[in-house]
Amino acid sequence: MKAFAALVKVLSNSTKTNEKLDALSRYMATAHPADRLWVVAIFTGRRPKRTVNTTQLSNWCLQMTGLPPWLFEECYHTVGDLGETIALLLPPGKNISSQPLHYWIEQLMQLEKAGEDEKREFILKAWEELDTGERFVFNKLITGGFRIGVSQNMMINALAGAYQIPAPVVSHMISGNWDPRTTTIEALLNENVTAADASKPFPFYLAYALETDPQELGDPEDWQAEWKWDGIRGQIIKREGQLFVWSRGEELITEKFPEYQPLLNALPEGTAIDGEILTYSNNFPLPFQTLQTRIGRKNVTKKQLQEAPVVFLSYDLLEWEGQDIRNRPLNERRKLLEQVVEQINLPSLRLSPAITFHTWEELARFRTLAREQGSEGLMLKRRSSVYQVGRKRGDWWKWKIDPLTIDAVMIYAQKGHGRRSNLYTDYTFAVKDGDQLVAFTKAYSGLTDKEINEVDNWVKKNSIEKFGPVRTVKPELVFEIAFEGIAASNRHKSGVALRFPRINRWRKDKPAEEINTLADLQQLLNSYG
Amino acid sequence: MQILQFTDKGIYCPAGNFFIDPWQPVERAVITHAHSDHARYGSKHYLCHKDSVPLLLLRLGQDISIQGVEFGETIRYNGVSISLHPAGHVIGSAQVRVQQDNEVWVVSGDYKTENDGLSGQFEPVPCNTFITECTFGLPIYNWQPQNIIFNNIRQWIYNNQQAGKNSVLLGYSLGKAQRLLYHLRDTTEQIWAHGAIYITNQLLRQQGWPLPDLQRITPDTPASAYKNNLVIGPPSAADTTWMRRFNTYSLGVCSGWMQVRGHMRRRNADAGFVLSDHADWNGLLQAVKATGAEQVYTTHGFSSAFARYLTENGIPAQEVKTAYGDMDEEPAETTSPHNNEEGL
Repeated sequence: MKAFAALVKVLSNSTKTNEKLDALSRYMATAHPADRLWVVAIFTGRRPKRTVNTTQLSNWCLQMTGLPPWLFEECYHTVGDLGETIALLLPPGKNISSQPLHYWIEQLMQLEKAGEDEKREFILKAWEELDTGERFVFNKLITGGFRIGVSQNMMINALAGAYQIPAPVVSHMISGNWDPRTTTIEALLNENVTAADASKPFPFYLAYALETDPQELGDPEDWQAEWKWDGIRGQIIKREGQLFVWSRGEELITEKFPEYQPLLNALPEGTAIDGEILTYSNNFPLPFQTLQTRIGRKNVTKKQLQEAPVVFLSYDLLEWEGQDIRNRPLNERRKLLEQVVEQINLPSLRLSPAITFHTWEELARFRTLAREQGSEGLMLKRRSSVYQVGRKRGDWWKWKIDPLTIDAVMIYAQKGHGRRSNLYTDYTFAVKDGDQLVAFTKAYSGLTDKEINEVDNWVKKNSIEKFGPVRTVKPELVFEIAFEGIAASNRHKSGVALRFPRINRWRKDKPAEEINTLADLQQLLNSYG
Repeated sequence: MQILQFTDKGIYCPAGNFFIDPWQPVERAVITHAHSDHARYGSKHYLCHKDSVPLLLLRLGQDISIQGVEFGETIRYNGVSISLHPAGHVIGSAQVRVQQDNEVWVVSGDYKTENDGLSGQFEPVPCNTFITECTFGLPIYNWQPQNIIFNNIRQWIYNNQQAGKNSVLLGYSLGKAQRLLYHLRDTTEQIWAHGAIYITNQLLRQQGWPLPDLQRITPDTPASAYKNNLVIGPPSAADTTWMRRFNTYSLGVCSGWMQVRGHMRRRNADAGFVLSDHADWNGLLQAVKATGAEQVYTTHGFSSAFARYLTENGIPAQEVKTAYGDMDEEPAETTSPHNNEEGL
């Protein structure tokens, strides 16, 4: 566990990608093979099932330290991470042991059917055996979410280096439906075994935002343009008589979308289609919020199926007749895709239409119509491009429309988490409604570190009231809030819910009296909601 | 009896007509230590520990009127007795004991309970009322003994040397810098320092403090001079172009705030060492109990939480707003390292 704690320390503290990659590569070359497998699993979101909950952890920590709950809360708000707070509060361990990572994970998994007392006994004993750094990672194994800046790419590169396997192949090997409890690192990184897993999705090819004038992309005839849809990127796979639906987050979500079941019979064996999972009605996409009602649940109700019906808008064909065709040029893949979709002819499988254009000026005009199409902009794909792995520049670009904006005033501030713990970084914003202020969104990102410090200082000097971690502040600071979409919502006082709200800029030039009004928001809702 | 009052100029003794660490100019100021948020310019007369005298002259100007006293020496103003007692915070730092009739109040200034080898051993002073700092007044802040931390720093310097990197540590020119220099004096062949640290070090060496000889960094110092050596700079140097001359280097920050990962990451340092010149949670609790005070006032830091905890544990305490540390409840060092020497 010490090696893992040291690895996590470098990964979370270092600001240099090379240092992180070195540390991870070293770990993949030196750690116990079972530990390596768990590290791959943990950093690709395959956490062991939670057998102890955070309330139990907090309570046992309170019992051990004898601290009052309010003081524990105060500490948590300062640290910004529960696992770390507990690790810092516990008195030093008395029986430090040197068990490896997989030992602790296996022990934790065995607690699944244990009673509360048995769990408590184990956790207290574990805390006695671990030093502060180890306790932190141990607690994080339980509370979940090592958000410490290990990208999928970094993991892939570290494994590629340590095991001498090309990165795109590793990427495919570690994707999909594998379980660290039933496999080994050797089996996972073995090509023959990989091929045997019928469900395995291909790594998604992702685009960067276009940074230049499209003129610089060269001849428009070399490019295919499509609308960029705001749903969930997904992959539909038919292999060995089974249908698999994957999200980009590498979650198997077949069961959530019964609309796709007819594809089980309709799709030919050995097919993988890349596309967008989208709620859709009368040939038009519904707001993203409607799709959210479908994601959170295990069982879909009839009402949901009627109110938020889902289609798959196909972008690309990755496997055809059992052959991986990602290395064929896009125009070939597209032709095949069009044939497949047409032959199958089911309402739930559609083609994401290509836009016909001859000049970049023409395409720019199309882009201005994106919002009316229910899309968030354009995708540009080079007709000769192969289907690459991960986010790459050059052949695919997203060319999004400018966001909607509203000028609003900050009314509440709360401390952030992780890197931003102990700084007021999470703000709630309001618009005017007559002489009232109505809260309508929170936003967390968009300011520079320098601006965050400045706002943080201001918040501390201008708080009116304190409710736990939240401070009410004088309604003075004006920010331009940008967002991708707006929908009606009866869960919010303002009556609207925003998509991807963030701070566009600090309007130091604008007094609070001149901010936008609730009527302005409603008008945006009428136009784009 | 309320022998000290909290006014908008600072902590005031009406009977003795003097202020302790005032943040506005006053007639008579008793100074706990020479950090800029405790020792401010403009008062007519200063009283402090004798070891703080040269530091105050350096920082506030040679023309100020100042009197230095020994620890335990009693001074009387209008029938009020004042004496200074070791606080262990930085060189020359003191707690201020004020007695009027049989009532005794003690102002802690900043303090730490571990003896750092230079600043003296903190001494609990029995009193009726204790006014204590609580910069690190949450139970997440507990320090390891300094020998462990200095071993970690030495190991880090060694690893940097193996990797062909220079080692740059940031610490305030008064306090943290001397502590680092004293404990790391034999770690590298030479130690290079920023001018502010160099000047303070020269002054303290002249006064006889056992500090190593430093090399002063100037625009003409060749890059090769730093090779394999330790460099000490002020916290304000972080993220400035001044740092470029040390390439390739590893940056270490020494501060109690490094206890929390989020703070550590915000500092963009390569290494964080939890080394503080303030008392940790257990140190604060022990200090308060050892005074036997019936009443406690908590100032800068996590003052409301610490006061509530003391009160719930049978020691009536309340929070007092002061201008020390120029902070609300947060380390101001993340926003303005220049005016908060107390932050580390």
